[in-house]
Parts: sequence; C-alpha cells; structure tokens
Amino acid sequence: MKLSTRNRLSAAGILSLPVLWTTVFLFIPYAIIFTYSFYQKQFPTFVPAFQFGNYALIFTDPQYVQVLLRTAKIALIVAACALFLAYPFTYFLVFKIKSPRVRLMLYMAVIVPLWVSYLLRAYTWKTILGSEGVLNSFLVMIGVLDQPSDIFLYNQFSMVVTLTYIFVPFMVMPIYTSMEKIPRNLIEASKDLGVGPFRTFLKVTLPLTTPGIVAGATFTYCLTFGDFIASFLVGGPDGLMVANVITSQFGAALNWPLGSALAIIMLIVVLTIISLSDRVERSGRLDLA
Amino acid sequence: MNPVISIRNITKAFRKGLIAVDDVSLDVEEGEFITLLGPSGCGKSTMLRIIAGFEEADSGSIFLAGTDVTDFPPYRREVNMVFQDYALFPHMNVAQNVGYGLRVSGVPKDRIARKVEETLALVELADKADNRPSELSGGQRQRVSLARALARDPKVLLLDEPLSALDANLREAMQVELKHLHEKLGITFVMVTHDQTEALAMADRIVVMKDGKVSQCGTPADLYDKPANPYVARFIGTANFIDGKVMGADDRVVEVQAGAEKLRIARVDGSPASGDVRVCIRPEKLTLVANGVSPPAGENRLSGTVDEILYHGANARVRVAVDGQDPMLVDVQLKSASLRQQLPGIGSPATVCFSRSDAMLFGEDRDR
Repeated sequence: MKLSTRNRLSAAGILSLPVLWTTVFLFIPYAIIFTYSFYQKQFPTFVPAFQFGNYALIFTDPQYVQVLLRTAKIALIVAACALFLAYPFTYFLVFKIKSPRVRLMLYMAVIVPLWVSYLLRAYTWKTILGSEGVLNSFLVMIGVLDQPSDIFLYNQFSMVVTLTYIFVPFMVMPIYTSMEKIPRNLIEASKDLGVGPFRTFLKVTLPLTTPGIVAGATFTYCLTFGDFIASFLVGGPDGLMVANVITSQFGAALNWPLGSALAIIMLIVVLTIISLSDRVERSGRLDLA
Repeated sequence: MNPVISIRNITKAFRKGLIAVDDVSLDVEEGEFITLLGPSGCGKSTMLRIIAGFEEADSGSIFLAGTDVTDFPPYRREVNMVFQDYALFPHMNVAQNVGYGLRVSGVPKDRIARKVEETLALVELADKADNRPSELSGGQRQRVSLARALARDPKVLLLDEPLSALDANLREAMQVELKHLHEKLGITFVMVTHDQTEALAMADRIVVMKDGKVSQCGTPADLYDKPANPYVARFIGTANFIDGKVMGADDRVVEVQAGAEKLRIARVDGSPASGDVRVCIRPEKLTLVANGVSPPAGENRLSGTVDEILYHGANARVRVAVDGQDPMLVDVQLKSASLRQQLPGIGSPATVCFSRSDAMLFGEDRDR
C-alpha cells in the first residue's frame, strides 16, 4: 500500500467517529428542526408544509419581538457586567500578584465553580436574594430595611446577577490567557518611551487584550442568549427569555413549528456573533513571540 | 565636564537574599560608549534596569545630567532602552512604533512624521515604515528598536544585550554599525553584554562586573594589558595561569617557584613580593620551542607535552600539558607553510617560553 494511501486511510479512521457523532447528534437534529420550522400548526398538532408563517409570526407579533429584544438586552448586560468584573480582576491577577502560587489559587477560585452543577449555582442565588434570603436578613439586621423586601428576586436584576455569576469564568479565562501572553517588556518599553501607566494601559495593554475581551464577550453573550434555567429559577414575569419560549412551544403549547423557527433564529443570531467575533479576532491576531 | 550618569553606591538585593548589585559606583562621561561586561548573573542587566528605572535600588542614588532621578519612574527619565528581544509593539507598524514615544508627549503630527522618517533613514529602514514588526527579520527588528529609542533624542541610550539574538555575521555587521552610529550621534551609549569580543570591539570603556561588584573599569587596552585580577584576565581574552610561591624579590624581579621550575617575573607597582602567587600570561606572549631546539636565552621556560592543536588559519592554538600546572595555551603564528611543518606533533615534548616582562603577577588574595 502506498504511503499516501495509508496516511489517508488512517486519517479517515481517526475522523470517522467524531464525524459520525456530530452528524447523528448535531447536523441531523438541526436539519429536523430546520424542516419543522416550515411546518404548519394544525390543532391539536402540526402538519408538514413549506411556508414562512412561523417566521412571519415571530417578526410581526410584538410578543416575540419583545422576547428576542429582551434576551439580547439581558445577554448584553450580562456580557458587560462580566467584563467589568473580570477585566480588573484578571489585570490584578496577572500584573499585580507576584507569587505564581497565589495567582494560580485565585485563578482556580474563579474556575472551580464551573465544576459545580449549574442548577445548584443558580439555585444558590435564590437563597441569597429571596425574601427569606441571606441578603434580606443581613439588611434587616443592620437596619437598612425594616422588613424583608422582595425586590431582589424574580426580576431581570436577579437574572443578570445570577447569569453574570455563572458565566464570569468564561470571561476571565480568555482575558487571562491574552493578558498572560503580553511580554512584560512591552509595558516597560512603553514607559521607557515616556508614556505614563494609564496611557500605557490604553495604548498597549488594552489593544493586546482585545482578542481576549472579544472571545469572553462572545462566550458570555451567546451562553446567556441561549439560557433558560436562570429565568426559570430566579426570573419573574418580565424575565422570559427566547429559550423559555422555545421550551414552552415544544411543551405545553405544543407548537413545534413555531418553536423550531425560534430555535433557528436563535441559532442564526449566535452563529452571526461567533463568526463576527472570529473575524475580529483574526484581524487582530498578532505575533507576540 | 560633568558626568552624564553618576551611579552612587547602588545596592539591589532580590528576594531570597540574592544580591544582584553590590555597592556599585560609576561615572559615565557625556558621549562615552561604555559597556557593562560580565557572565550571566553578575548584575549587569539589573544595573541597566536600575538606570532605566525598571528596578528600584535598595540604597544608593542615580544622577542623570546632575539631576537626582533615583525616585523617578521610567517615563520621567531621559534615557531610552534597546531591549534584548526588541520589545516592539506587535499591534503597530514600524512607523507607529518609532513615533510612539513622540505621539504621547504631544509633539505636532508633522514633526513626528519628519522625525520618524529621519530616524528610520538613519537605521536604513525607510522602506519598511508600513510593515508590521512580525514581517521583519531579526536584524530589522533590532534596527526598529534602535530607531524607536533614538527618536526621542535621549541623553543616554541603554542597550541590553542588543546583539545577542542575531546570528554571527549579522552581529559583526551590527557592531560596526552601532559604533558608527555612536560616533555620528555623539550621545552616550551604555551597553550590557556577556560577549567580551563585542565589548572589546565597541566600547570606549569597559566595566567588568562579578557577583554584583565592579571588578575593574577601564579602556579595552587597559583591561587586556593590565587586568586587575585573574578574573578580569580570564574574562577579557584568554589567559594562562601558573601557580607558584614567591622565593625572593628585588626591585626589578620577583622569583617564583612553580613546581620544579624557577620563574623570574618583572616586578611592577602592586606586584606581590611574598606568599602564594599566580603568574598570568597571554597565549600570544608564549613561544613554543620543539625539543632539540635551544630556547631563547634568559627566558622563563616550562617543559611539557603537546596534547592538542587547533588551527585557526593564520595561527594555531597549541595546548601543552605541563606537570603540576593547568595546561598552557600557546598561540603560534603560521606565516608560512614551513612554519606549519615545524609545529611539534601531538604527543611530542615541547618547551614553552616567555619573557619576564610579558607575565603578570597576582597575589592569592586577588579575585580569581
């Protein structure tokens, strides 16, 4: 057997399993959903068809438009909050902490919660923010409140808090990586050339960590965009997200075609953002070595 | 004339008690090309970083052109550094890199453009202004780094092992170029290197450092001809050492017993006149005499066996094993083919001779 044939065969052998896996569990389901999105609802279930009624409904019914916009808004706020928490923290971690052991420990402190069940972590905020929760007890104890308040839970605020908490590691990780890669002498060179610390940050550190920020923002935005558990656990009537609507279409509402159309729209939004961020990252990719 | 840099009793220790710079004082004159030379870990780079302001000294002070800058941050010191691995900003092109320091200090745009153009022309990179650093070769990056530091018209240019990342040919070319640049610009250069040939070729004055201290400071010729101690003698050029004991001394000559041989060494100021000593002699000052040929009269001689010959083209370095001593290295000029044939073969006995005035004498207490 020729060497090139042998190489090709072994490559095919290695790839066959993952290709099979993604085909069966990713592409085929997507294809099914895509097909469903053109079906027509007909009480009590739905019938095969090819029509754009589901999509038309989503973009004309203010109810759906509103949910989409709200989801986008919450995802944006969560990404922004995660950035403003993660960036200073990571900056401190990379540039201010001298001991590698302490740095690793603090980094792990951010990452380790990812090993704990998502549901559990979301639930924790219920016990913190609830009217019988830790926050209320504390505020009553120190006398800020006369009696427990229910303004902390079951609204968009509690959702943003929970989602930010859950997804902030996904912001820290890429920023940490991009910051760690910056050669220290670039910052020294900047100062050597007469540039103070603040402008050095703006001109050197920030541009060089932009790929990390973009990646982190993409992660947190897309993860939030598809989330339904936070809304389910700590969201109120105004906390409904697209994913919640999709779940209900496949569940109680029994309108699979509409749910599929919503899922496809969500997929398009997420894919657009990922490809945009990929492009930004590519254009900004730099040879730091 | 006032020195442009005055270093006064600078001491710097790192954590774990490692003393990097130990009570160093040094004056650098305006327009001088000075080299800090030493093996890695001798504190030369730390010294440079203290001058630049990247490291804070534990004690002592630094004056730049008469101003005490000890507590100044790097961005307020009128010195600029050429970094070992260039430290070019990867997200800026060459012109932006060079103009970086000027842009921030509020120089008008057209003047920046002119200065950038001028400086890039100086390092012969005018055609690369729009390239990214990643598109340049090592030598070109080096020049950009140089241009960036020079664009701010610093009082002093600091160079941290600037040529160590270049290959041998390029390094030699850059040595010449840096030297020319120094002559042309007339500003003070302070360069750190571990490469003695580089230091000898380029510097007006060399500061040899060891364990954070200045071992000796002087012109290349001074250091080569009159090393203050065996350490400097070994670091600048090659040196042979013969251990012995002083047997007697008069005004002109010190008599040293080295094993079975008695050596007579010219006495100069500071020569030790008693106790254990080391005789130091350069390979080119030694003559190799094959067995059967009578050695020059009145010269010191040591007999041994040739055990290695390394040809360098115009000359050869012959290693001679001598009883009770370290092997001696002898440089033999090979001006003609017949001289080459006269060279004793490996394993054959030979005598090493040197005149009393070519040897240097160090006491046991001197830095080895």
